[in-house]
Amino acid sequence: MKRNYLLLILIIIFLVYLGRLARGLNPYFYQILVFWGINSILAMSLNLINGFAGQFSIGHAGFMAVGGYFSSALSVYHGERFISLLNFLPLNIAQIVVFFVFLLLGGLFSAILGLIVGIPTLRLKGDYLAIATLGFGEIVRVTILNLDIVGGPRGFPGIPQRTDLSWVIFWFIICLLVIRNIIFSSHGRAIISIREDEIASETMGINTTFYKVLAFIIGAFFAGIAGGLFAHYLMMLHPSSFTFFRSVEILLMIVLGGMGSITGSILGAFILTVLPEALRGFTYLRLVIYSIILIGIMLLRPQGIMGGKEFSPLIIKKIYARVKENENTRSK
Amino acid sequence: MQRFLKVMLLLGIIFSLLIFPLQAAGTIKIGAIFPITGPIATFGISSANGVKMAFEEVNAKGGVLGSKIELILEDDQYKAEEVANAAKKLIERDKVVAILGEVASSMSLVLAPICQASKVVMITPTSTNPRVTLVGDYIFRACFIDDFQGTVMANFVYKTLKLKTSAILVAVTSDYSKGLAQFYKEAYTKLGGKIVVEESYSEGDSDFRAQLTKIKAAKPEFVYLPGYYSDIGPILLQARELGITVPFGGGDGWDSPKLLETAGKAAEGCYFSNHYSPESKDLKVQTFVKNYKKKFGETPDALAALSYDAAMLLVEAIKRAGSSESSKIRDALVSFTKDKPFRGVTGSIYFDQNRNPIKSAVIIEIKGGKQVYKATVKP
Amino acid sequence: MENVIQQILNGISLGSIYALIALGYTMVYGILRLINFAHGDIYMMGAFLGYFALGLWNFSFPIGLLFAMGGAAVLGIIIERFAYRPLRLAPRISLLITAIGVSFLLENLMVLWVGASPRPFPQKIPLQIYFIGDIVVTNRQIIIVLVSITLMFLLQFIVLKTKVGKAMRAVSFDKETALMMGIDIDKVISLTFAIGSSLAAAAGVLVGLYFNKIDPYMGVMPGLKAFVAAVLGGIGIIPGAMLGGFILGIAEVLVSAFISSTVRDAVAFVILILILLIRPSGILGKYMREKV
Repeated sequence: MKRNYLLLILIIIFLVYLGRLARGLNPYFYQILVFWGINSILAMSLNLINGFAGQFSIGHAGFMAVGGYFSSALSVYHGERFISLLNFLPLNIAQIVVFFVFLLLGGLFSAILGLIVGIPTLRLKGDYLAIATLGFGEIVRVTILNLDIVGGPRGFPGIPQRTDLSWVIFWFIICLLVIRNIIFSSHGRAIISIREDEIASETMGINTTFYKVLAFIIGAFFAGIAGGLFAHYLMMLHPSSFTFFRSVEILLMIVLGGMGSITGSILGAFILTVLPEALRGFTYLRLVIYSIILIGIMLLRPQGIMGGKEFSPLIIKKIYARVKENENTRSK
Repeated sequence: MQRFLKVMLLLGIIFSLLIFPLQAAGTIKIGAIFPITGPIATFGISSANGVKMAFEEVNAKGGVLGSKIELILEDDQYKAEEVANAAKKLIERDKVVAILGEVASSMSLVLAPICQASKVVMITPTSTNPRVTLVGDYIFRACFIDDFQGTVMANFVYKTLKLKTSAILVAVTSDYSKGLAQFYKEAYTKLGGKIVVEESYSEGDSDFRAQLTKIKAAKPEFVYLPGYYSDIGPILLQARELGITVPFGGGDGWDSPKLLETAGKAAEGCYFSNHYSPESKDLKVQTFVKNYKKKFGETPDALAALSYDAAMLLVEAIKRAGSSESSKIRDALVSFTKDKPFRGVTGSIYFDQNRNPIKSAVIIEIKGGKQVYKATVKP
Repeated sequence: MENVIQQILNGISLGSIYALIALGYTMVYGILRLINFAHGDIYMMGAFLGYFALGLWNFSFPIGLLFAMGGAAVLGIIIERFAYRPLRLAPRISLLITAIGVSFLLENLMVLWVGASPRPFPQKIPLQIYFIGDIVVTNRQIIIVLVSITLMFLLQFIVLKTKVGKAMRAVSFDKETALMMGIDIDKVISLTFAIGSSLAAAAGVLVGLYFNKIDPYMGVMPGLKAFVAAVLGGIGIIPGAMLGGFILGIAEVLVSAFISSTVRDAVAFVILILILLIRPSGILGKYMREKV
């Protein structure tokens, strides 16, 4: 067990180091990787709520906005002070520590909001929950529009740039591990049982409210982290990034990739990050083509690309085995 | 499994499309980023039209420095992350020498640091927030900043029209509108005028009766309404329906044929500040308005005119610099002076030390369904 | 006091527009359990059809209105046939995503076709203003309220008193049983989309007349709010949609008049969440107990 953790830490350090090496990449390419990572965190965290717990939430942009604005406000108004408090450390390490703490606080703030919103609304089912979370997202956006301290409708400029690919990779791995480990633990089975049949799982003695709220809080936490990463990469936040359409976009990622598949979420995030960029050449036609592709994929593969299955290195082994088998039967 | 391989193949193709740029040799590449879809698409499309027309005219005359200009137009949907992606793509993949954009100040504030870091010249046609050009020495603008227009209108209302009480109706979602309203208020109260009521709306709303009913109850002599034409039309109509008869006024956001189309008689007797008057005898203005009408089938609005000027300004700077290197273009842009300014459609432009243009404004009255020249105000 | 009455009148005319859009939402939801996100865009298409009919071809107002309603009905049937029907057995969330895709498609096609700038609507009915003391009422406000109430009663009549309406209710209640009773489900669903879409188109034309401004994005916010109105009144219930629309319209106007116009867009959603928490099935809705 201990060795496993050690190996894990080594792998994380290696990947984060890879993020540093990636600075030599074309900056456009690099930026797409950053957005892919952030979108993957958003998609995975929403997948925990929608895909695994089966709770229909379309207010994820709200949590992202809350985490992003909160950690940015800390950076803008208190960043310098905290960094100077840590003057016994070298400047860049102090910055890293402070950024880490602020991100975490952003995520926690978002999680607390998730708790406050989750407890009453998670009593609702299906479309009613969807509409309530949609309402929550809009309320967050309008609240930000009315908060002068974060610029309101004029946007919130002057956020220091702290996020780079290493940070994104780090949080990506943390999010992946946390969600994967939850899913494969007994808690995860409880969460999945709510999706399959809420009443049956309740009669089995599972505290469904607890697990629904738990999934909601973890989802909100990572959405908040993603928001913080997003803000500290762009150096500017604007409410127009957190409209209802942003929530829909995240939902699209998980539906496209396949509900209840972690690798599907990552794949979906990839498609929705890269597709609009690949279509840039079409300028005026871009969004028309985009929406046609979207409808097309849904019509051809309504269960999503991965369709609830996971992609793992084992599959390659399986393919290899099958190819071998084919060869064997053919030779016979 | 085959399907999976197909999907992977498709993704591979999409990604490789991203990596390899499409090259066209022997042209000067200039990027433009505007919100041509999304909630403020109408402004983005006007701006893109102005830029397109400018470069087509330049190319028809043989281009600049012997090579044609290639315009690469990007859409940003009025989203910060899209602006960042479009900017990185233009700079790193297409290797543009300069970028024109964005419409809104908030989006220009995303664009400016990226351009500054890569040392690519950026000219925003319409972002009025003073912060934008303060980002760095590669960032320029072609429009007035807020304080000038707000002050001009306050002076005009108080001194020329002699109206002593005024209401303000501001679009809270717009940087531009808030800025203008703020400076109008400061200048107007300093002169001794009184702001009797301040109301607000969000861009894209269609029902303004609640706010207007309150304004009516406060009985102002003038209503300052610094928004964009897309909202002004319905506001004026609803105001007149509710029985508000006093004149309204605003800034260059009013300048569009759409305003007169939507508001009709409701706009009679209103005033706004602008860069030029379409009835001006200046040949530049006349040909611009004529050509634009021919090409796009409508009278240009202020956004189109400013974008046209921003594009022409860039071409002029490339000519002056004798080079399409970004740093040389920058130097050429700051070398315009009061005696040797750039003469554009929206007036003569040269820059102050913060790269804001210094140019004069005109006041226009809407009379008989037409824009009528009223006065010129020098900076 | 006059101020308050004036504001309430403003709210009623705004509310009747929400109500008209909400009626279509409620019908489609009642029968398919689908939040038809494209509904707001059908409302926009209706406004543009009216614009072409009245402005370009110079029809008289009632004929233009009928033309827009008919055109939108056809559009609704086409969308249902090609985008929603193939997914009837798919997970509901895929259907929802498809609806959002259709909504994007309609908006962007219209931006491509007519441009994004707002257009004035042909003013076929000359404006008349009536003063009652200090209170102002226009003939257009009266027309909007009357048309939407008439359409609601017409719809209520169709659903409750005709054979088609009975079939609709049967399909909404239980699709399989309805099928066994010899009801052509596809036809009934098509018809539902046709009626819902034509109501949205009527709202679009009336809004064009009332605000004199139409553009391809005009359906986004009203679409969302109309759905809120439908949930508020109890989704699937026709008078509920009407009631929800009026409540929402009046609440919005009062809030922007007496609190602040900047929080106006949040009002709809705050009311929504409160109602959902207190009465999850809406004001007029019946609470359905879940059976194991």
